[in-house]
Amino acid sequence: MTPPSGITRVTLLKDLRLEWRSKDAINSMLFFSLLVVVVFSFSFDPSAEESRQIAGGLVWVAFLFAAVVALNQTWAREIRNQVLDAYRVSPAPANALFMAKTLGNFIFVSVLEALMTPLFIVFYRLRALGPSWPLLLVAALGTWALVVNGTFFAAMSLRTRSREIMLPLLLFPISIPALLAMVQATTAILNGEGARFWIVLLATYDLVFTTVCLLLFETILNAE
Amino acid sequence: MTAPAPVIIVSNLIKQFGRFAALRGVTAEFSGGKIFAILGDNGAGKTTLLRTLAGLSQPSSGEVKIFGAKKFCDVCQQVGYMAHPSLLYDEMSGMENLAYFARLYGITDIEYCAEVIRAVGLDPGLVRPVGQYSQGMRQRMSLARALLNDPKLLLLDEPFSNVDLHSATEMVRLLAGTRDQGKTIFIVTHQASLLEGAADEFVWMEYGKIVERTRDLKRLEAAR
Repeated sequence: MTPPSGITRVTLLKDLRLEWRSKDAINSMLFFSLLVVVVFSFSFDPSAEESRQIAGGLVWVAFLFAAVVALNQTWAREIRNQVLDAYRVSPAPANALFMAKTLGNFIFVSVLEALMTPLFIVFYRLRALGPSWPLLLVAALGTWALVVNGTFFAAMSLRTRSREIMLPLLLFPISIPALLAMVQATTAILNGEGARFWIVLLATYDLVFTTVCLLLFETILNAE
Repeated sequence: MTAPAPVIIVSNLIKQFGRFAALRGVTAEFSGGKIFAILGDNGAGKTTLLRTLAGLSQPSSGEVKIFGAKKFCDVCQQVGYMAHPSLLYDEMSGMENLAYFARLYGITDIEYCAEVIRAVGLDPGLVRPVGQYSQGMRQRMSLARALLNDPKLLLLDEPFSNVDLHSATEMVRLLAGTRDQGKTIFIVTHQASLLEGAADEFVWMEYGKIVERTRDLKRLEAAR
């Protein structure tokens, strides 16, 4: 019997391979966030100081919307040809599938962030007043917060008729505490202030929601 | 000589979808080492019965025991399931698909996957994605996936649909050989004549109930 970590690994590799071949999620996310950056930069012309104040909000809202695009794709492949049923009849644990999907989305959204952040910096003339390395931590924790809930709620809305609408309706309200922490932490770091409180809040949020999602995912997977 | 113990025991199985009852109190026992052809008109409850046996659909009431176990997850290692859709990823080759699903059952031997593909009459070296296969090839690859874990019980939903006569006959020959190794096979089909001579019992369903079980297809067809 393959251990759960082994199943997570092969499922993740399978998803990365499928994404590499189709580029469905990454292309739609990239175009979407590129549009957000360009449209926002034409809509506002902020000074460097104003940029530092609003960038946190702009960046994370853009990534949140773009992530929804990828999250909607997450399970689409599994319901095409009802492949998910092949997983459900196998002895593979449900949580291994959930972790693989979450890690896959984490990678896709992280790639998007890595590609889009330089554009944000250029378009909004961003320069942090203090050390900017804590932004990496905020990015990692924030991205995990988005994808862990997003993957869970995308699975939950899988069998609903208008799942593209359902996902943001479920995801956005529950992401508000995380979004608030991400925006505040980013703004604080860009302004050279301490962000410890917000980072701890984000880490706690991640821990709680990852645990809850893992506990409930099997029920969601087998729901009719 | 005592009769072989039943592999499947179904007791007063009821499955409701809202106000519609797809299964209305199915009670039956099926002994091992046989091919059972499940027949009936559209909407008779054949697929629902098969999905319930495969643990994909939870009964509204009643009980299913497979190899004496009430929980499907306790016996899933011994069950193979083939649905009407292929349960395969269109973007991956047959071999890639089987290698992935094999890992879910703890099978790591790639050569074994190739053997299973050869057994259904396909070439394991075929690199083109399953999405580009003909319908008949896809059905055979889907059967290969169901056979992958060398199951003692095979549940097949419409395995011969859209398959040419020659390939369907080959599939029946393969299934008869599998039965001769002591495996139990359930085949939901509208092409009963293909199984004449191979099936041990024809089970006729009507309005969510099993109304007749016979070895004589001709008599069954004349009566229905």
